[in-house]
Parts: sequence; C-alpha cells; structure tokens
Amino acid sequence: MKLLIKGGTLINPDHKKIFSADVLIIDQKIAALDHNLEIDGAVVYDVGGKLVLPGLIDLHAHLREPGFEDSETIATGTMAAAKGGFTSLACMPNTNPVADNSSVIAYILYKACQEGKVNVFPIGAITAGSKGEQLAEMADLKEAGAVAFSDDGRCVSNAAVMYRAMQYARMINMPVIDHCEDTRLSAQGAMHEGYYSTLLGLKGIPAAAEEVIVARDLVLAGETGCRLHIAHVSTAGSVQLIRQAKTRGLKVTAEATPHHFTLTDREVTGYDTGTKVNPPLRTLEDVNAVRQGLRDGTIDVIATDHAPHAQEKKEVEYDNAPFGISGLETAVGLVWTELVNTEILSPLEAVEKMTINPARILGISKGLLAEGADADLTVIDPARTEIVDPAKFVSKGRNTPFAGRTLAGVPVLTIVGGKIAFEYAG
Amino acid sequence: MINRKNLIGLQHFDPPEIELILDTAVAMKEIVSRPIRKVPTLRGRTVMNLFYEPSTRTRTSFELAAKFLNADVINISSSASSVVKGESLKDTVRTLEAMGTDIVIIRHPMAGAANLLAGWTGAAVINAGDGAHEHPTQGLLDMFTVREKKGALEGLKIAIIGDILHSRVARSDIWGFLKMGARVSVCGPATMLPIGIERTGVDVYCNVDKALEDADVIIMLRIQLERQKAGLFPSLREYARLFGLNRERLSLAKKDALVMHPGPMNKGVEISGEVADSLQSVINEQVTNGVAVRMAVLYLLIGGGDA
Amino acid sequence: MPEKMRQKAQILDKEGIRRALVRIAHEIIERNKGTEKIALIGIQRRGVPLANRLSGYIREIENKIIPVGILDITLYRDDITTLAHQPILRRTEVPFPVKNQKVILIDDVIYTGRTVRSAMDAIMDLGRPNLIELAVLVDRGHRELPIRADYVGKSTPTSSKEIVEVRLQETDGQEGVFILGEG
Repeated sequence: MKLLIKGGTLINPDHKKIFSADVLIIDQKIAALDHNLEIDGAVVYDVGGKLVLPGLIDLHAHLREPGFEDSETIATGTMAAAKGGFTSLACMPNTNPVADNSSVIAYILYKACQEGKVNVFPIGAITAGSKGEQLAEMADLKEAGAVAFSDDGRCVSNAAVMYRAMQYARMINMPVIDHCEDTRLSAQGAMHEGYYSTLLGLKGIPAAAEEVIVARDLVLAGETGCRLHIAHVSTAGSVQLIRQAKTRGLKVTAEATPHHFTLTDREVTGYDTGTKVNPPLRTLEDVNAVRQGLRDGTIDVIATDHAPHAQEKKEVEYDNAPFGISGLETAVGLVWTELVNTEILSPLEAVEKMTINPARILGISKGLLAEGADADLTVIDPARTEIVDPAKFVSKGRNTPFAGRTLAGVPVLTIVGGKIAFEYAG
Repeated sequence: MINRKNLIGLQHFDPPEIELILDTAVAMKEIVSRPIRKVPTLRGRTVMNLFYEPSTRTRTSFELAAKFLNADVINISSSASSVVKGESLKDTVRTLEAMGTDIVIIRHPMAGAANLLAGWTGAAVINAGDGAHEHPTQGLLDMFTVREKKGALEGLKIAIIGDILHSRVARSDIWGFLKMGARVSVCGPATMLPIGIERTGVDVYCNVDKALEDADVIIMLRIQLERQKAGLFPSLREYARLFGLNRERLSLAKKDALVMHPGPMNKGVEISGEVADSLQSVINEQVTNGVAVRMAVLYLLIGGGDA
Repeated sequence: MPEKMRQKAQILDKEGIRRALVRIAHEIIERNKGTEKIALIGIQRRGVPLANRLSGYIREIENKIIPVGILDITLYRDDITTLAHQPILRRTEVPFPVKNQKVILIDDVIYTGRTVRSAMDAIMDLGRPNLIELAVLVDRGHRELPIRADYVGKSTPTSSKEIVEVRLQETDGQEGVFILGEG
C-alpha cells in the first residue's frame, strides 16, 4: 500500500522546521519526504494549501471502556479522535474496573487493536481502585503497556501515598500525572467559586482547591525526582507555581485543555450542563494566565480531557450532572481559532504541544515527521471554518459547551499506520 | 406588560415589569380581603405545585393564590412522586405535562432547576425557590410589603442580614430592591458572604451595627444549624451575639424601620422574640401579601404565551 | 384599534353629556321612588367618573349622598386566558356592603353586553344586592347576551366596524362622544 500526500506544507516539531514537500507512505512507515515525488501505483492525496503534521497525540482522554459503554467505547472514542485529527491518545484508567492491574490494560490494548481507529496508549492507576490508599502494581502495569500513572478523576489526597507513588514511579522511570484537587476544598462544588457561582447560587470550587495540590505535588516531585505531569491546569496560581518550579529546574510538565484556554465561568449562566467540567471553567484572568503559560512554555501540552457522557446523564440538574466535556472533535479548531489565529502560539508551537511534547512525556516514539517514522499523519486545513454541531459528533458524548461556535482549522485527513482513519467529506 | 412565559429570577426582570407585578398585586390584595375570596379568572386552567423540597408555607401560599383565581391545583411533592423512585426531573415533567398543565410552580433544592424545567416544558414556569439561586416571589412580596408601608422603594436603605451565601431570598431581594432604586447592604459572617457579591451593587458588611445604621428595612435570614456542622460558624450562641437582631441593635436603624423575615424564624438566634413580635415587625403581613403577589404573578403569566 | 380610524361624527358634546346624565339622575330617582338603598358602582375606567357625576346630580336634586364604588371587571372577563397580554388590573373599591342594596352599574358604552355580564358576576362575589340596574351613556347595539340597559343617555345605531369613543374630562381631558370609522 502506497500513499502519496502531495503539495502540503509540512511542520516538523522535532526539528522545528516548516517546509514544503510531498510525503510518500509505504505500508506503515514514512518512506520519503521530498519535492515533486511521482510514484507509480500510489494513491495520491493533493493537499495543496494545507498543513501536514505528525499525527496529533492526545495525552488525556477518557474512552469509558470497560464499564461505561453507554457514554463511549474504544471504537467510538477512537473514531472521534481520528475525526478530530488525532492519531494517538492516552486513555485514563477511571474505567470500571479501574485500570489498576495488567489485565485491564491488556483488555484495552486488545480492544484498541481490534476496533480502534487510532493508537491507544493506556495510563495505569496510581493506587488500587484509584482509591488513593494502596499503590497499584506499577511495574506490572508498565510491562502490560501502561505509559504513565494517574488516578485522574480523583486526586491522590493523601500526601504520604503520593510521596511513595512518586518514589516508586521514579524507580521504574515512569511519569505520574496528577489531577490536582483538594476534595475538601472543592466538596460538592459544581463550578468555579467566584462572582458567577454567587449569582447562580451554585456551590463553588475555589482556585485554591487546585493550587494547594499543585504546590504539594511540586514539593514531592522535587523530593523524589519523579517526572510529574500536572493535568488540566486551570488557574493563574497553578501556572505561576509551575513556572517557578520549572525555573528551579524541576522535572515537571503540564497540560491545558481547549476549554480552559477558551471559556470562563460566565458560560455557566443558564445552567448548561455542557459547561460543567472538573476543574471548572475559571475567570478571564485565569484563562489569560493559561494562555500566557502556553505561550511561554510553562504549559507543555494541549490535551483534550475528552470526557464523554451519555446525553441523559447530562440532562439533569446542574448539581447532579457529571463533570466533563466531549473534546476530541473540537480541539484542533479551538487551538487554531483561539491560539494560532490570535498569535498566542505559532503553528509550530501549537503542533509541538500536540505531538512531540506529549510523545516525550509518555516516552513513545510518536510525533515524528521523518523518513522511517510511523506513518501517522494529520492534515489540517487552516483556512476552512466549521460550525460546531454536536449532532454530527461521532463520539457518543455530545456534551460540549461549544455548540454553535464557528471554528477555523479543520482536520481533513488522518492517517494512522499508513491507513486512512478519517477523511473530511464536507 | 410582561412579555415572558416564566418567572425564574428577578435578576432578569426590568423595573417596569416589577412595578406592574406590584401594582397588580394591589388589586389582588383587595380580592384577598373580600368575604368571598374568589374570582373566575383562571377557571379551567391547571396549576401544578411541583415541590422537591418540603415547604408548607410557600406551597400553601401558591395553592391559595391559584384557588382564589379559580384554577385547578395539583400538588406533587417529592415524597409522593416518582422522584424517589429515581425518575429524572425531565421525565417527571414530560409525564406531568402530558396531563395538561398550564403553569408549573417548582421548588427544588438545586440551583437552576427552574431554568431547566422552563426549557423542557411549554407550560409557564414559576420558580418557588431553587437551591441558593433565587426565590423571586419572596423578593416580590418583600418589595410589595415595603412599598405598601413606605409608599415607594426608591432611596430606601435595605439591610439583609444572615447567611447570604446559601440564601435565595437574599439574591432575589438584592436584585429586586436594587432595580427599584433602593440601596442594599448585606451583612453576615465572612464565611457566609459569597465571593463577588459586591459586584451586584450592594454594600457588604461583617459588622452588623454598621449595616443597620439608618436602615429603613431590616430583612433577617434564617440561620440553619447544619451550617454550623459544616464549619461555617462556631456556635449559635456566638452567631446570635454577633448577628442576631435584638432591641438594642434595632435602635441603630431608623425609628420607623420595618423588620422582616422570610420565615420560619429561629427566635432567640437570628431574631429576638421581642423584636419579631414588635410593632415594627411586618412578618405576618409578609405572609398575607405573599398570596396577593402570587395571584398577580399567576395572572400575568397565564396570558403571555398564546400570541 | 386599526390604523386610519378617523372621526366620522360627534353624537354628544359637553352639554349633551351633561343633559343626558341629569336626565338619567332624574330617572333613577323616579324609578326607585327616591334614593333609599341606592348605590352606584362605576365600571373602570370611564364608568367611574360617570358614576361620580351621577351621584353629584342626584345629590343636587335630592340633597342625599349616594355612595359610589369602583369596579374593575378584568378578572371576570370571559376571554382573559386567550389574550396575548394581560390587561392592567385597576382598582376595585366598593366601600359599602352591597348586600340588600339597589346597585346601579354605570358604564360609558354598552355594546356586546359581556362587560356587564362580568360586572354582575363581580358584584355577586361581593354580596347579594336586592337588585342590579344598568345605566350607560351610549347604547350602540350589537348585543351578544340577553342584557339591556335600564337608563340610556343616547341610543345610536352603529356598524360593528365602527368605534364609539367617549371622552371625559377626568380621564381624557376633554368632553364628547364620537364615532370613529375607516375611510
């Protein structure tokens, strides 16, 4: 099988280069990058005027399988990923059962191999059942294929447990990803604590709930030497803490989600449960700080925190609705519209944060656009615009606060392992 | 005129709309004072009281208001409905709507429930209290009571004292009185003053004596014991000492200041029995006026939908 | 009111209104053999000043004070739940018991009779009068209910496309009864 991707502008974040070339794919590998390639028997895709990127990697997604197949499955979640321009994703272990043992990891990998449209890299739990008490069998998980550890959805509340988890993860050279939330401070909160929670009468989640744990984790990472990755940074205070830690040379990385660099707590007015997410949408000041953090490199990664929910679960009282936004199918458009077209990030910087940076954190040989690399490619049309229509989502989760928004930058072709995983049909 | 189908909160009402409701309530109060308290206005219309929270006072007030206007009234409370069986609000509403309801009055422990309901039903929706969000008819009856006593609302100084954080009454009162040109102060323990409340335009105090200074109206809020368990204040004793309204404190306000309370009261905690029963207290009149104000709201909302 | 309505005729001027009301005052006294137990209730809005004037004329004639009440019939209208916007409620103030009284309803114009029907229901809710009579300044015909006025200032045949407009000093700042029509 030969594919020839002709006429595009290539972005290679590994070497920080933007150049024009054709890409020849033979079977599962990139065979050649050169000008004016003409290959007999190749299927040709003309991508003139479009950007050819190494396949995008989502470091933070929830595929819900096993256990919550009414909200998403590995099949539908990876289909949504392909449509959103992602060729790889790392999935969080808060399934049922929790991915805290090698057999759940094996199950996920098997299903992904059978039904997945994109590469799936499972993340193992930090603690058994993600209960925050006993360490999960991390070495076993690693051997089974886990690429990182996290109790995402929950915070490892007990500092002693987190301390040991980091020591242990350091021993096997694996990163720990923490969902930073002091659950006593956030207790029963439904949105950011501020002016809008006051108006709406909803219980607030203070910024401090995130920041005290970010600070704690940074101290523990410094003590243990563990590679720490802070998930979904949402507050100005967290950005500042991470910035300072990086200045001190700490091995810490961080991610931000499209909703946290785009939306404020004002969106909750009207009680649209599509806006209910954890960490919550924060203030304009926080949004601007997250953008600044992305710009100055404090925040290394853009991840979706794709958290699909079946419609009926979100069609309830705001307090009763589960947290989460279905993010895979809007991420590229939001990155381009909110960060690239506003010149907060250059196209190269944006692509770094969705390819080579997450690949390095997870230690996977992805995010490369070079001869001999895996043939994972994403082609996006930066000139095309689309209106977000949840009814057209292929994810089972249509829970989005972005419905009706016009986004510029549309993934038009997604190639995974030399095969077309998604092609834009208009 | 009222160009709306629903009464969700006073935040989004305009002063002329509020004025119209209060004026209409004047006419309704005349009916309430008659020997035969019944007019045929809503004959053949069905009003549903959908209560997910126990509330004898508000439910009865709405029920009387609807009955005085000759509507048929259905009462559904959470203990008697399928809510306890795990049916979602949406399904409950669809079922009840299929029975043919013109107005749904909803009381719910969660903020935003009335908003949701309004999106799901073609019936008019009246919010009878949703979580800590709003309780617009209580705000209206407070304004009605004050206007009746003071002649006008503009320029009055209103002091709202207590657990502002959890109070939907405080929010409706704040919006309503501010829109009608009154000055509003809120006062309570720092742990019960919600963040950013000053952005609504109120003055914020932790010192109750300052808040009471020159007040024309004092609205005391109920303090709930479970807030102590949640660690929001140390003890009822200390709360009463710092924030309770007694005769000495009352003397800091204007001589003819009105004392109000949405009820039910904890006498001896947020308000002394002496003050609650004093001539300055209009707490009982609030209850009577509640029926008139709710009749006005029912009357004004039943028309808006058809054209 | 449709646009392009213009004044077609004036059927009563200030003096005409006065004369009609004085005549009605005499008729009320005559038919009731005096003024005992008589109470006037004006229907909002223009029935109210008419009732006040009638009370004044009766007082001039008989030197007796006749009580006057104000009635808003909005809540008794039979079309109330079908209107696009709810009419503004006006004051109802009947400061005397109607029980065993001779209540005379006062309105400016009688047309379909529905307002009077509503007014009678409203009065019944206040108590049981001995009798109810009706006085109007203008009867323009087109009744839809079996109701007639006991005292009429002026009967005028009209087309249903026309409008009869009564203007009074107290409510409109001028006096006169006009017929408005298209073209």
